Amino acid sequence: MAYIPIADQTDEMHDPHSFITKYVWSQDHKVIAIQYGGIAIAVGLIALGLSVLMRLQLGYPDSFAFIDPADYYQFVTMHGMIMVVYLLTALFLGGFGNYLIPLQVGARDMVFPFMNMLSVWVYLLSVIILLASFFVTGGPTGAGWTLYPPQSITGGTPGADMGITLMLASLAVFIVAFTMGGLNYVTTVLQARTRGMTLMRMPLSVWGIFVATVLGLFAFPALFVAAIMMTFDNLLGTSFFLPAMVSLGETLDHSGGSPVLFQHLFWFFGHPEVYIVALPAFGLVSDVLSCHARKNIFGYRMMVWAIIAIGGLSFIVWAHHMYVSGMNPYFGFFFAFTTLIIAVPTAIKVYNWVLTLWEGNIRLTVPMLFACGFIFTFIHGGLTGIFLGNVTVDLPLSDTYFVIAHFHMVMGVSPVMVLYAALYHWYPKMTGRMFNVTLGKIHFWATFFGTYAIYLPMHYLGIMGLPRRYYAMGTTEFLPDSAQTLNANITLAAIWVALFQLVFIFNIIWSTFKGKKADPNPWEATSLEWFTPDNPPKHGNWGPELPTVYRWAYEYSVPGVKADFVPQNMPPEEVVMEDPNARYVGHDG
Amino acid sequence: MAFVVAIIFLIIISIVFHFWSPWWLTEIASNWTSIDDTILITFWVTGFVFVAVNAFLAYSVYKYRYDKNRRANYEPENHKLEIWLTGFTAIGVAAMLTPGLFVWASFVTVPEDAIEVEVVGQQWQWSFRYPGADGILGTAGSEHVSQENPLGVNPEDPYGQDDIIVQTKEMHLPLNQPVHLLLRSKDVLHDYTVAQFRVKMDLVPGTVTYLWLEPTKAGRYDILCEEHCGLGHFVMRGSVVVEEQADYDAWLATQQTFAQTQSASIGNAQAGQANYAVCSACHGANGEGNVALNAPKLAGQEGWYIRQQIAYYKTGVRGTNPGDTYGAQMAPMAATMANDQILNNVIAYIDTLPDTAAPETITGDLANGMDLYQGKCSVCHGEQGQGVWSTHAPRLAGMTDWYLKRQLEYFKNGVRGTHREDQLGYQMTHMVSALADEQAMDDVVAYINTLQ
Amino acid sequence: MGFLKSIFDKPWDYQGEDPSLKGKELAEGMHPKRIALRMFLAVVFVLFMLFIVAYFIRMELDDWRPLPEPGLLWINTAMLIICSIVMQWTRGAAQKSVRQQVKWGMLAAGAFTLAFIFGQLSAWEELNNAGFYLSSNPANSFFYVLTGLHGLHVLGGLWVWTRATIKVWSGTEIKAVKLSVELCAVYWHFLLLVWLILFGLLSNT
Repeated sequence: MAYIPIADQTDEMHDPHSFITKYVWSQDHKVIAIQYGGIAIAVGLIALGLSVLMRLQLGYPDSFAFIDPADYYQFVTMHGMIMVVYLLTALFLGGFGNYLIPLQVGARDMVFPFMNMLSVWVYLLSVIILLASFFVTGGPTGAGWTLYPPQSITGGTPGADMGITLMLASLAVFIVAFTMGGLNYVTTVLQARTRGMTLMRMPLSVWGIFVATVLGLFAFPALFVAAIMMTFDNLLGTSFFLPAMVSLGETLDHSGGSPVLFQHLFWFFGHPEVYIVALPAFGLVSDVLSCHARKNIFGYRMMVWAIIAIGGLSFIVWAHHMYVSGMNPYFGFFFAFTTLIIAVPTAIKVYNWVLTLWEGNIRLTVPMLFACGFIFTFIHGGLTGIFLGNVTVDLPLSDTYFVIAHFHMVMGVSPVMVLYAALYHWYPKMTGRMFNVTLGKIHFWATFFGTYAIYLPMHYLGIMGLPRRYYAMGTTEFLPDSAQTLNANITLAAIWVALFQLVFIFNIIWSTFKGKKADPNPWEATSLEWFTPDNPPKHGNWGPELPTVYRWAYEYSVPGVKADFVPQNMPPEEVVMEDPNARYVGHDG
Repeated sequence: MAFVVAIIFLIIISIVFHFWSPWWLTEIASNWTSIDDTILITFWVTGFVFVAVNAFLAYSVYKYRYDKNRRANYEPENHKLEIWLTGFTAIGVAAMLTPGLFVWASFVTVPEDAIEVEVVGQQWQWSFRYPGADGILGTAGSEHVSQENPLGVNPEDPYGQDDIIVQTKEMHLPLNQPVHLLLRSKDVLHDYTVAQFRVKMDLVPGTVTYLWLEPTKAGRYDILCEEHCGLGHFVMRGSVVVEEQADYDAWLATQQTFAQTQSASIGNAQAGQANYAVCSACHGANGEGNVALNAPKLAGQEGWYIRQQIAYYKTGVRGTNPGDTYGAQMAPMAATMANDQILNNVIAYIDTLPDTAAPETITGDLANGMDLYQGKCSVCHGEQGQGVWSTHAPRLAGMTDWYLKRQLEYFKNGVRGTHREDQLGYQMTHMVSALADEQAMDDVVAYINTLQ
Repeated sequence: MGFLKSIFDKPWDYQGEDPSLKGKELAEGMHPKRIALRMFLAVVFVLFMLFIVAYFIRMELDDWRPLPEPGLLWINTAMLIICSIVMQWTRGAAQKSVRQQVKWGMLAAGAFTLAFIFGQLSAWEELNNAGFYLSSNPANSFFYVLTGLHGLHVLGGLWVWTRATIKVWSGTEIKAVKLSVELCAVYWHFLLLVWLILFGLLSNT
């Protein structure tokens, strides 16, 4: 693939002068990344608060009168949607994608800086529309984050009047924002890599973000289509999804529509969405593991292929979310088969992470703790996915707490572990200062144990048959009283975890101002972003001349070389060898 | 080091929790033991991988902990090892998938000798339909739904006439007899789940879905809705009684056919006047209610609700709780409604009484009351408190407020709605839990007073 | 394909600037705007394809009553085809830097595009007057949604077209607008392609 270092030719480099152009209407990808991250984390904290409220209700169903059923369903819905779309997608791609792509491929900025800036402001607009639904008549939608019609737009669901309209509008706006950002990320990776940066020399972070962006570009249209059609059904009386029905005693003026059609569209987006979150996480964690284990990532090529394979396969497994949806049951055979195939490349990634640690020289820094913690939580979440992907095993487990526990382990806790690993890892680069290590460790241990205490027991409640999305379980013939006790303990663990996230928030804010100055390359990493002339990098990233890349990003502990890492941009003749007479030629040169 | 200990600790905790915690699959009550087997196979395979890979992780982190005098090994890849691992994983995956597909094949194929039973879902109740003497279910659809024909059975279809309509939340199934459950929804998505049966399926409006099973253990099991269906999702419960064929047949014989439900006698208001005399002693000549005698207003209340409550008094569903002293007074009065005809006449008479709003006796914070009412009550009782037949929610607006408050207290204290046969009272017991104290009840009742 | 071949490289096996370019000059790659436009068109194509899949699924249900296509659609199709041809011609003129041809070419393309939009609106009106309302049948709903969405994409294109045309008429060097003209042409061809697919679909089902 041919490429030009576009950033050196650009004639319309945005040049910030005032505070406003530097920090508000900035076109610098690093500032935009931090804006994306800031908005995402802020809205994520709201979703975290909602989850605590939900857990209070579930743990102590008779004690919190201010949470009524409508509130509960609204909390569930907003928590889910915010976490999946507005936090994880935005933070991984808008945040880390923006920050790392240009730095790691050696570009001055994204190829379309103005569109990049528009992207973040349109994203903010979508967040504002979403949050506005808290203040309209009827409140936000309580349809569950899957927004299944007819329920989401008919009378018996909270927020069916205004909330759902705002939710769909907000998603549509988000998709526009994402598309503007996504076109930028893809084009930048393809066309703005610096001299020497071949595709296979890119760090896995870039690979993960790149493939996830491509997934997002092709998956979000499905949600867009579903949102448009549902809005028409809701506001203009069409019958795309709505069949003839009698809602709360009233015959509605719809006929013939197919609710299952919506589900197909939703999950055609929804399943790739899982990997839109997971693939960047896979990439980032690979880089963190390799760097802190002082060892090259094991099986780099396999890792790249696995990312691509998972990305491709993720488009043909969607209906495994619909085994009991009433779709043609024969689809079950096909989708169980494709779903379990995905287990293979995913397992390979896990093996390769562990094998990266094997024979490494592991520094258990704070980011490394989170990265290793991720391996544990991801193994757990990945394995329970095999239960749900297998159509028969899914029958008793679907729509129970088992599902909740599974997807929180695999796409809640695990990506969040990576987010923390990555935030701590790149924090010195982003701010030029070091975070407080003790607070970081406290944050890790509380989160790691706390989340497992939440979700391990939850699987077993699900196996017993405790259904999800129940405001209160009340009395049943099959659940022992101990189930409620366990639920109450889960709530305590959840509050514990939520509280310790404040330690993190405090740490990053406090350290930005008071942390001690960080070394430009504190982890002794090899990839380009650690070799910017300024720390944190200035606008334009590289000073007068773009870096030249001579090797891949994983040249750690090369035999014969004095240091245990060789930067990507260090000319071979400058590499200091243990034997002064030897010449550095690389691996088997 | 702490990390290594932590990982080992978590592995051990997970194993201990798995084998020694009391939370596990419920005792199975259907033929689907093969589903349990697939779960167990998956547990063994994934459990092995979980322990092995995490133990390896812990060992690696321990063995290769940082030492400034040591160097990591430089090994970009080991293709042979990766291919081995891939193959090994593929075998493990196949071992889990294959049995699952065989079981699924039998799940989608309904046996020839299965009897058909229809399950109908609506917000937020279950009802059921059995094929009747001809063994064939008549056609049905939302377009036929009305207050008299709540299941929407096609009145033109001869096969439907003898269909047995079960409008309570309890269904019965014969033991050791394969059943083909046809699932139909009147409004939104629902999901028919009985934990002990292991199988479940969504009800999708506009189409009929199915599942099949063979109950193998007599007993009573909860039916839960497991597809989010709106505000009352969590109170959409039912139960299924599995019993010997003879008991099942006896139960079925006591149920009404569709034709019978359609030919219910029409009340005669004039005839009802005489029978109403016994009611008027407490409820007043115009059914206006009497607070001194603890008798609520009847005028303006919907007929189906009065009919149902009288039935509850007669069968002891209501008025038998020791806390319900006034209900205990009502029970013998209800018994004077000797048959359906008399009851229908009385209801027809009550319908002719002048409906003037009952005097207001309770005041409260209207803003808070509105919040509470619109957030919790209005989906079933209607935004104006007018009552909604399809959700089986009686009229509240303009009725005696002191009575409403007392019933709220009853629901809250478990005096009402706790009887197993009380189809809808149990929903109220859940909904009132959101009314924290007496003040909240006053507020909501005061707000209801402002509705027409 | 370079991409497929390159992912089999063993990156640790070589050192130096760029082994794939050994002995070659650094090739002039595609302009990022070209890449981005192609990527965007792929996304839009997926969007329409998903609608079409939904269309087919919904069509199978038994309340589907096809609606008669107004004959006007044939004229509109012709407009769009002419548009595409004019755009292509203008693109050639821009390559050769013939200012007058570019000026009038852009203007003509815009005029035909507007004619197409008005034609589509009249077709809507015609249907509405004949009693084929948006919500009376799913076939109608799809017709309005698909044509409307396509029309919005045309309008979106007109925004870029406006900017390029103003530049051409206000005397900017043709070299500076060459790329914009080219991208406009590609976009218009794409819209024509999508329209032909939609038109074929709507008139044959």
